[in-house]
Amino acid sequence: MKKGQDRRSGWTGAALALPTWLTLGVFFLLPLAILFVISFGQRATYGALKPIEDLGAYISSGKFLANYARSFHSIYLQIFWRSLWMAVVTTGLCLLISYPVAYYIAVVAPQRRRNLLLGLVVVPFWTSFLIRTYAWMFILRTEGLINHFLLATGLASKPLELLYNNFSVLLGLVYGELPFMILPLYASLEKLDRTLLEASADLGAPGRSTLWRVTIPMTMPGVVAGVILVFVPSLGQFIVSDLLGGAKTILAGNLVQNQFAVARNKPFGAAVAFELTAAVLLLLFVYARYTKRKGQDVLL
Amino acid sequence: MRRKGFLGAYAWLVYLFLYAPIAILVVFSFNRGRQTAVWEGATLEWYSSLMRNDLIQTAVRNSLIVGVVSTAVATVLGTLVALALGRHEFPGAGFTRGLLYLPIIIPEIVLGAALVTFFGVAAFRLSLVTVVIAHIVFSISYVAIVVRARLSGFDRSLEEAALDLGARPLAAFFRVTLPLITPGIVAGALLSFTLSIDDYVITSFVAGVGATTLPLQIYSMLKVGVTPEVNAVSTLLLAVTVVLILIAQRLQQAPAERGAS
Repeated sequence: MKKGQDRRSGWTGAALALPTWLTLGVFFLLPLAILFVISFGQRATYGALKPIEDLGAYISSGKFLANYARSFHSIYLQIFWRSLWMAVVTTGLCLLISYPVAYYIAVVAPQRRRNLLLGLVVVPFWTSFLIRTYAWMFILRTEGLINHFLLATGLASKPLELLYNNFSVLLGLVYGELPFMILPLYASLEKLDRTLLEASADLGAPGRSTLWRVTIPMTMPGVVAGVILVFVPSLGQFIVSDLLGGAKTILAGNLVQNQFAVARNKPFGAAVAFELTAAVLLLLFVYARYTKRKGQDVLL
Repeated sequence: MRRKGFLGAYAWLVYLFLYAPIAILVVFSFNRGRQTAVWEGATLEWYSSLMRNDLIQTAVRNSLIVGVVSTAVATVLGTLVALALGRHEFPGAGFTRGLLYLPIIIPEIVLGAALVTFFGVAAFRLSLVTVVIAHIVFSISYVAIVVRARLSGFDRSLEEAALDLGARPLAAFFRVTLPLITPGIVAGALLSFTLSIDDYVITSFVAGVGATTLPLQIYSMLKVGVTPEVNAVSTLLLAVTVVLILIAQRLQQAPAERGAS
């Protein structure tokens, strides 16, 4: 291609991207920047921001870090710890449950049924998280389906407390995030070269060692993508813990929401939001390094 | 062979786990009984009571307005930026990719908090407009990804052939590129609309008084108590999104199937 044409193509490309730059610049990057600045501020009595009179003194006194310092109090550390272990357990369970399913769809199931099986995963992937969570609330609550069944059959004499505990939150998280694990696993299993599996079998490897030494290592990119896709939203989860956990299982997401909607302490909410973001970005940085090394294809 | 059967049975069990709760919800939306966990015969009563519920009517209207407007804008912006990334080398292409990934990656709750803070600082009154803006922000990326996938799905030589045969760039775009990527654009738009009418977390931050969307309405209803109406309205929302997703899915699969035949 000629130089001149190249330059024109560059200008066209920039012009096509310009509306997105402007929109996301003003309504995404700028808000994040403002949130970041506010996380160093303090709130006034009625939830407004306290004006800072002497910026130099404010910074040198270390007050600007007060929100971040506060977030390390044991009551909040407890919430972060719960968010972390729940996200880890959710991710682990999703991976364990999903891998055989993805393997079945991509490798074992008959070709003609593959699209249907895949479509059945895609539908919950895109449908309302809120409604899918609510479905469990409907089933688990005191007057819910399970308790009704237990009482009617005499298996229990009084309704069980199935909601508002760690179990119900974990169940809701795994249920909600499962499709986000199955899809990336499927994508990498589907690309897997079948002849490698046959070669391994032909050379006398038992099924199990083919799985551990060929299939799983070769589908690691899918595993890593799935882990990220499940772990990140679990960490910032808010709906599941609110509906299925109630006040007893507050997660980091609920803490942020609460500071904005109820406690009206935006600076503290902002600080927690950025700690959450930092954790997520750190994880993605590791992921980006990993995919770069593997020469993975990217979406955009 | 036995192991394969075992794996199949396991997979169907997981599908049962995925679908049973939704199926139960849908079935019980037709339940006559007010005491929602006991089946007392079929009725459409809750659906007709939805039609008479002003709060739900308003919420549906708001959701449709937000969905249509945000989808229209996000589809145009997302398609343009996908064309930029797929067909042009330009300064800032890497930055643009990162910029598009970020809204997907950042926890929803952070985006909601950032937007409501921004609207506060900029003295934007929270309303349907702020909801539309928020939905545009998180939808652009999805449209861009779907259209970009479609663009890389067909051969660039088709456009080059048009140019070589003397078509002006704009004519080549409208008569070759655009018809080819239209299924991708439509699929992206459908997904954007689905995300919009389903969104709760971000909307809950930026919706002002009188800007209650359907998910917000459902949430406040089920916070008060589980009623048959909640099941009915949830079923309707599910039905709409499932239809949209299935259409989008078909459109995205089209090129591969054609290539195979």
